[in-house]
Amino acid sequence: MTRTFLWALALFGLMFGLSAGVSIASANNTPTTITRDGVTLTMNQEHRAEVIGNQLRCLVCQNETVENSQAGLARQFRGIIRRRVVEDWSNRQIIRYMVHRYGIFILLKPPLVPMTALLWFSPVIALVVGTAVILAGRRRRMKPVPELEPDEQKRLKELLN
Amino acid sequence: MIPTLGHFALALGFAIAVAQAVIGLFGPKFRDATVMRAAPALAIGQFVSLVISFAALVWAGVVSDFTVRNVAEFSSSTTPLLYRITGTWGNHDGSMLLWCLILSLCSAVVAAFGRTIPTSLRARVLGVLGLVSAGFLLFTVTVSNPFQRIWPPPMQGAGVNPILQDPGLAVHPPILYAGYVGFSIAFAFAVAALIEGRVDAAWGRWVRPWTIVSWAFLTAGITFGSLWSYYTLGWGGFWFWDPVENVALLPWLTGTALIHSAIVVEKREALKTWSVLLAIATFSLSLSGTFLVRSGLLNSVHSFAVSPNQGLFILVLLGLTVGGSLLLFVIRAPTLGASGVFAPVSREGALIVNNIFLCMIAAVVFTGTMYPPFVDLLLGVQLSVGAPFYDQAALPLTAPLILAMAIGPMLPWKRAAIGPALVKLWYGGVIALVIFAVFMFRGHVVAALGLAGALWVICGALADLSERIQLFRIPITRSIRRFFSMPRASLGAACGHLGFGITVLGIAGMTLQIHTITVLRPGQGVNLGGYRWTLERIYNAPGPDYAARVALIDVTRHGKHVMTMRPERRFFTAQHVTTEHAAIRTNGLWNMFATFANEDTSGGAEFRFNVHPLAPEIWLGGLVMALGGGLSLSDRRFRIGAPARRSLRKPQHTVEA
Amino acid sequence: MGHPLLKRRLLLSLPLAAATAGGLGFYILLERARQGSYNPQTFSNPLVGHRIPDFRLVGIDGKQGFGSSELIASKKPILLNFFASWCVPCAGEAPYLDVISKSGVDIWGIAYQDKAEALAFYLAKYGDPYTRLATDPTGRTAINFGVYGVPESFLVAPGGIVRWHIAGPLVPPIINEQLRPELQKIA
Repeated sequence: MTRTFLWALALFGLMFGLSAGVSIASANNTPTTITRDGVTLTMNQEHRAEVIGNQLRCLVCQNETVENSQAGLARQFRGIIRRRVVEDWSNRQIIRYMVHRYGIFILLKPPLVPMTALLWFSPVIALVVGTAVILAGRRRRMKPVPELEPDEQKRLKELLN
Repeated sequence: MIPTLGHFALALGFAIAVAQAVIGLFGPKFRDATVMRAAPALAIGQFVSLVISFAALVWAGVVSDFTVRNVAEFSSSTTPLLYRITGTWGNHDGSMLLWCLILSLCSAVVAAFGRTIPTSLRARVLGVLGLVSAGFLLFTVTVSNPFQRIWPPPMQGAGVNPILQDPGLAVHPPILYAGYVGFSIAFAFAVAALIEGRVDAAWGRWVRPWTIVSWAFLTAGITFGSLWSYYTLGWGGFWFWDPVENVALLPWLTGTALIHSAIVVEKREALKTWSVLLAIATFSLSLSGTFLVRSGLLNSVHSFAVSPNQGLFILVLLGLTVGGSLLLFVIRAPTLGASGVFAPVSREGALIVNNIFLCMIAAVVFTGTMYPPFVDLLLGVQLSVGAPFYDQAALPLTAPLILAMAIGPMLPWKRAAIGPALVKLWYGGVIALVIFAVFMFRGHVVAALGLAGALWVICGALADLSERIQLFRIPITRSIRRFFSMPRASLGAACGHLGFGITVLGIAGMTLQIHTITVLRPGQGVNLGGYRWTLERIYNAPGPDYAARVALIDVTRHGKHVMTMRPERRFFTAQHVTTEHAAIRTNGLWNMFATFANEDTSGGAEFRFNVHPLAPEIWLGGLVMALGGGLSLSDRRFRIGAPARRSLRKPQHTVEA
Repeated sequence: MGHPLLKRRLLLSLPLAAATAGGLGFYILLERARQGSYNPQTFSNPLVGHRIPDFRLVGIDGKQGFGSSELIASKKPILLNFFASWCVPCAGEAPYLDVISKSGVDIWGIAYQDKAEALAFYLAKYGDPYTRLATDPTGRTAINFGVYGVPESFLVAPGGIVRWHIAGPLVPPIINEQLRPELQKIA
């Protein structure tokens, strides 16, 4: 029984790892160009710019991404991102460029630094705490039923007879 | 006159709530049946006075009585009637009154339909509800009075916030609040059980239908909210992982966990302490949501700011409710006995897996939502936690949940084997694997995982149903008869799982969306998703209190006309606010979505066209889930007014306790 | 029997402890929000404590503007003010800027995405407290400074190091409680 449970856990782990390790990797390879926010770029470049823009917060709006905001500043950011993409900067370079100016507040996904360790490890912490609580509960439940006292045993015998 | 009456009724409601709390909580001590029976009467009285109060506020809105500050500031006589009514709860003070109205409705429902509950337990439950009600009514009467008058009244009101001038406002807040506030009943049962010091199978049976009702409402409320933001926020997002959305999701997650753990309490008398804690946590999270949304401490697209004084009042109420109940939990919970031994692989085990992962997701979402303000508080550093974080940290946790979800209902109680359950699910597994392989092959990893998971859950729910009606193993007519006579609770559970699967299907489909953003002038067009989208022209259209610009887009496929789309931008002259109304066409399997912005002088504009595969399934699934809740509720074992079957419900024990 | 029960009680009091800590945190946040020292929308500029970025801007109508080299070369601390004629809070802070400049602090202005005529009208209407004035029509320099909305002001010490920054209008409480002490520290 326990082995089956372990198998199930391993299966969960596999599924969990598989889904954790992946990221979106689909792009539409239409070889046309597009002009957006004053910059002309290929569709592939545009998709790359969108991926970057979706990681960044529009600073003047409430919790919207640079990519989806209608604010003037967001439009300016989109222009900067696209110009850099055309100039062949890497995603990381462009994001670093923005962080250099606006701090990590601009990142919708905070970097893993000691300050955000608690945030990033929250799933693991939750799992450990959850498992510990359940194990504690199980131990309590599994407590053996105390043996019957001699007079109780006698009474039981009487009742059974 | 009528607003004064409304204010009076509100104050009366507060007085009755205090009486209900005192009599409900202290009545059972004296074991006086007459006193205890007063609690339900008071609960109904409280509800009636709040209905009068709320009706008075709506009336003030309808007739545009600008001596009421709430009407003068958030409504106007030029606003259409529907929005003059819904605008009543489209602002802080009015929405708090709606909140209190629903809370009193909860009391009234327990009073009216809880006749099978032992008198003392019912009195205590009503007492707890009355206490919470009294706190929030005190807040409404004093700090956040929706009936505050101004003199002289302005000639014209400021009007309803344009963003809220949408039929969504008529549906979304009342349903969402019914969900939020409905969990107060489960909370009251938990606190009452702690006071009585007894949690047993009967408790599980009483608390579950109430939890299911509020869960179904919360599910529907979140679904409507998501749909609303999909068509108004202009770029086709349906979930932003925004703090305000997160605080609605948190009670949903723990509430879902509670529905499942309460089954274990009911059937096996296990997980009792845990279920009590979940009931407290769920309502506490609902309350925290109410506080956080109104505190201005979070950065959100759905803003709802109030003055910090009001925030402080709610925080104190929150502290008393949550702190008090958790303190009672510390004092009483250790004495709640444990029983019901079971093997790890069993129905109970599967339900525990469900609880672990639901609570893990809740923990991650909670941490993510609270991290920015607390890091700012403790370290003085500002950071953002947005969608990319949750997509990476919370979504993978749904994988084990999805995996267990199909298997769980197949397992028998106490002790089971995975093998036989998997055999019953083999075709679901095959379908899921095939879909997974197909989409992996095309390079869509996330979609592959999501679609496979969704189909696995859907097949699991269908397999559960076909198992129960013995489909294809007995003549089909007998299967159909079995279907109609099967316990509604099982049907509801399968329906809930099915709905979840459908929602996952929609979300996974959305990852395959294609879009283009481009500047078009009249006559120009663009190809997307096998369609040709051509801008005909952009024209003016007048509205009641706005002026609209409408773009006429002709969509063709292989040169043949398919549809005309009319995305709109409305400019509200009084408030200088522009709102977007996306044009959305659906065929049930995918949505076509069009918006525009930044009109230029040449008669063109920037257009955004999207094709959203399986998007309608996101909301369809939500409604199916809520429907599942409704179905389970109609189970005759739960039917609230049904005569008590003493042998099953053991009321005599509970009375003595 | 007493010991395991105690252990269990400790375990079960964890939710209460967490809720208490959270409630306390919210209380402090709410108090700070009330005093105006906490706002979820604002964030500190990473430029503070660092040297200003390189830039060179022209003035209005081709008049001489200024660049980073002049700021770095200055012997006095300079208040660098990003503003625009179309910005309402900028007009609100104009009288206080006047007071600051009269008290002997040099204010250099950068007009953000503005037009010459509008700017001239604005300066005539609300006064011109600026020792030097430059225009940033593209907004590129503002972005290099991490400006996300006007008005924003930077206190630049001799040598071009940014000592202090405020996003929002300079109003008396901020001038007296933040700007003046910073100025004294430099002097």
